[in-house]
Amino acid sequence: MQIKDFLLRLSQASGISGYEAPVRDLIRAEFAQYASEVRTDAMGSLIALARGERNPETPRRSIMLAGHMDEIGLLVTKLEKGFLRFATVGGFDLRVLLGQEVVVHGRQDLPGIIGTRPPHVLSAEDREQTVPLDKLFIDVGLSAGELEKLVRVGDVVTLQGKFFELSNDLVSGKAFDDRAAVVCIASCLQHLSTMKHAWDVYAVATVQEEVGLKGALTSTYGIAPDIGIAIDVGHGNMLGVSEVDTLPIGGGPMLGLGSNIHPLMYSRLAQTAKANEIPYQTDPIPGRSGTDAWAMQVTREGLPTALISIPLRYMHTTVETLSLKDLERTGRLLAHLIAGLDEAFAQELGLRAEPS
Amino acid sequence: MLLRELSEALGVSGHEGAVRELILAAIKDLVDEHHVDALGNLIALKKGSASVSRRAKRTGTPAKVMVAAHMDEVGLMVVFLEREGSLRFRPVGGIDERVLLSKRVLIGDNKVPGVIGVKPIHLLEEKQRNQVMRVQEMSIDIGASSKDEAERLVKLGDYAAFDVPFAELGGPWRAVKGKAFDDRAGCAVLIELLKESYPFDLYAAFTVQEEVGLRGAQVAAYSIAPEIAFVLEGTICDDLPKKRDVSPTTTLGGGPALTVMDRSVVADPRLVDLLVDTAQKEGIPHQFKQPGMGSTDAGAIHLTREGVPSAVVSVPSRYIHSPACVLSRDDLDNTLRLMRATLARIQGLDLNR
Repeated sequence: MQIKDFLLRLSQASGISGYEAPVRDLIRAEFAQYASEVRTDAMGSLIALARGERNPETPRRSIMLAGHMDEIGLLVTKLEKGFLRFATVGGFDLRVLLGQEVVVHGRQDLPGIIGTRPPHVLSAEDREQTVPLDKLFIDVGLSAGELEKLVRVGDVVTLQGKFFELSNDLVSGKAFDDRAAVVCIASCLQHLSTMKHAWDVYAVATVQEEVGLKGALTSTYGIAPDIGIAIDVGHGNMLGVSEVDTLPIGGGPMLGLGSNIHPLMYSRLAQTAKANEIPYQTDPIPGRSGTDAWAMQVTREGLPTALISIPLRYMHTTVETLSLKDLERTGRLLAHLIAGLDEAFAQELGLRAEPS
Repeated sequence: MLLRELSEALGVSGHEGAVRELILAAIKDLVDEHHVDALGNLIALKKGSASVSRRAKRTGTPAKVMVAAHMDEVGLMVVFLEREGSLRFRPVGGIDERVLLSKRVLIGDNKVPGVIGVKPIHLLEEKQRNQVMRVQEMSIDIGASSKDEAERLVKLGDYAAFDVPFAELGGPWRAVKGKAFDDRAGCAVLIELLKESYPFDLYAAFTVQEEVGLRGAQVAAYSIAPEIAFVLEGTICDDLPKKRDVSPTTTLGGGPALTVMDRSVVADPRLVDLLVDTAQKEGIPHQFKQPGMGSTDAGAIHLTREGVPSAVVSVPSRYIHSPACVLSRDDLDNTLRLMRATLARIQGLDLNR
C-alpha cells in the first residue's frame, strides 16, 4: 500500500453515514492482505484481525484500532421543477455548500451542482445573507421528467472534492475525516506484517460516526478488546483561527490527553514516539472528544482508550487539508506501540487475565 | 465544438493569453488576416467578395460585420502573501463572495493548486454560521508554510481561476458542466462561424476584459469600424425554484436568448427582427432574454465612433460567475444555427432609415 494512493482512492469513494458499502469494499481489499480474518458486523463496520504470536503461558490480549469510514453528506428530500431539495447528514456549515459540486447516487450516479443565483440578479441585501437550506437546490442538468426516472426521495448525495496536491507534501480533498485514519491503520498493519507482536490486533473501519459514534459502539462490544485506540482528525493550524484551538499540520500525530484517554495509554504512546524519533504533539481535550474513542471507552465494563488525531485544516469541507507525513508517522507509531505491547503493560493497566 | 478546451483554459480578465492561443490555433487556417491589438484582443478577418462589397456600398446593405465574443472570465488576483504562507486575494470581475468558500483554484501560469479554506464548523460560534464571510477574511492555502516558500510558487498579481473539470451531464438537453461558459460558449460559436464563407467581410473579435468593464470590445470595435455587430454571450439563467416567482432571465434548453434591452444596450430592433424572423423561418427554438439584467460587449460596441447597430445572442448558462456552470449543448447548437442562418440573410437587411 502506498499512503497517498490509498488516501486518494478512499477520498474519492462514496460512503455517507449508513451508506458506507462502496468505501468499505476498498478497505476490505486492503485490510485483507494483512489479516487472517475479515468480517463485517451487523451495523456494517469492517473488522480485520491480525493475530499476534503470544507466549502460550500468557493470556490472549487484543487491541482495537478504530477509524471511521463514513463521511458527511446529503440526502434528497424532494424533487422540484427539475431540481432537488436535500437534507444534511452530519455537521455542515451551509455556507460551504453554495456552488459546490456533488454526485447524486440515484439509479445511476449523476454529477450535479448546488446552484447559486448569479450576482447580476442579486440585491445588495441578498448578498449580505447566507443562503438557508430551503433555498439550496441540486442541479443535475435533467428535465423534470427525466429526473423523476433517475432520482427519488432518500437517494444519497456525496460532495465532490477532487484530490489536490499542494506543496510540502500537503494534500486536499473530501472525507479525509476520517478516511485518513483508515489509511494510517492500513499502514500500521503493513508495518506489523514484518514485525513481531504478541497481542491480537483488530483493525476496524467503523460506520456512522458522524451521526453519533454508532459503529464504534457496536463493534467495540462485539470485539471486546482489552484496550482501544481511536484514530481521527484534529484541527490543524490555519490562518484566522486561534493557535489555542489548533496544532500545526505536519507537526506529527496529536496525542489526546483528558478524561476520554487513559493516562497510561497516553504516556505509552508518547514514550513510543520518542523512542522511535516520531514527532508528536500533545492535544489536551477537556471532556468529550467527539470521536469513536468516546463510545469505545464505556463499552461493556469499560476499557483503557487512547485517541490519536491527525492534524487537518478546514474540517467538514471539500478541501480538508493534511500532511502526508503525519499519516506515515501515525501508521508507524501505531505499529511500534503494538509491537511493544506485553503482559507487563496489561498488568500495569490492571487488565483481567480473561477479558470478558 | 471546442467547448471543453475553452472551458478548461484559464483566462481571467487581463490575462487571456492561454485562451487566445487556443483560439488562434483553431482559426488561423480559417481566416484571411488576423492580429492581436494593444489590449490583447484577437481580431480576425474573413473576406467577402469584392463585387458584393461594391454593391453593398450602393444599396446600403452591410459589407462589414463584426461578431464578438469575450475570452476573459471572472476570477481572483493574489494581492498579498501572509507571513505563514497563505495568499490574500481579491475578486476580478463580479463574483458573489459567498460562493468562494471551500473551492479549489489554480494560480498563475504554472497552475499552482490552492484551496480556499474555511474555519471548521466545530470552531464556529452559532452566530458566525449565519454571517457572510468577507473576501478580505479569506485566503488561499497552497501548502506553503512561509512567505519565502509561497514566493517560490506564486507572485503578487498572479491570477487565480477556479478548478472545475469539464464534464457531460447528458439528459434531454445534452447538458454539460464546466467553468467560464460566460463567455467561452460565445467563443465556441464564433470559432464555428468562421468555418463558413460569407459574401461580406466578417470580422471576428475575441475580446479581452469584458468582465471588468467591456474594455477590449471598445477598442476592437473602434479599429474594425463595423457597420453592424453581433455579440455572442453565455448569459444569466436564473431558473432555480424560488418562493417568489421572479423572472429566470432565460431558461436552460429554451434555445438562444435574444436581447431586447439590458443594462448596457438597447439592441437594434432591425437586427432583433431579423434574428426572430430567421429563427421562425428555420424553426429554431429561441427565447427573449428578459430585459434589464447584465451588460455585454454590445454596450461598448454600439457606442463606437458614430454608433453601430448591435444585437446580442446568448447561450443560457446556469451559475455564471461561480465555479461550476451548466449549459445545454442543444442551446449551443441552436445558437450556432441561428447565427449561421441570420448571417446568410444579412444582404437583405436595409440599414437606411
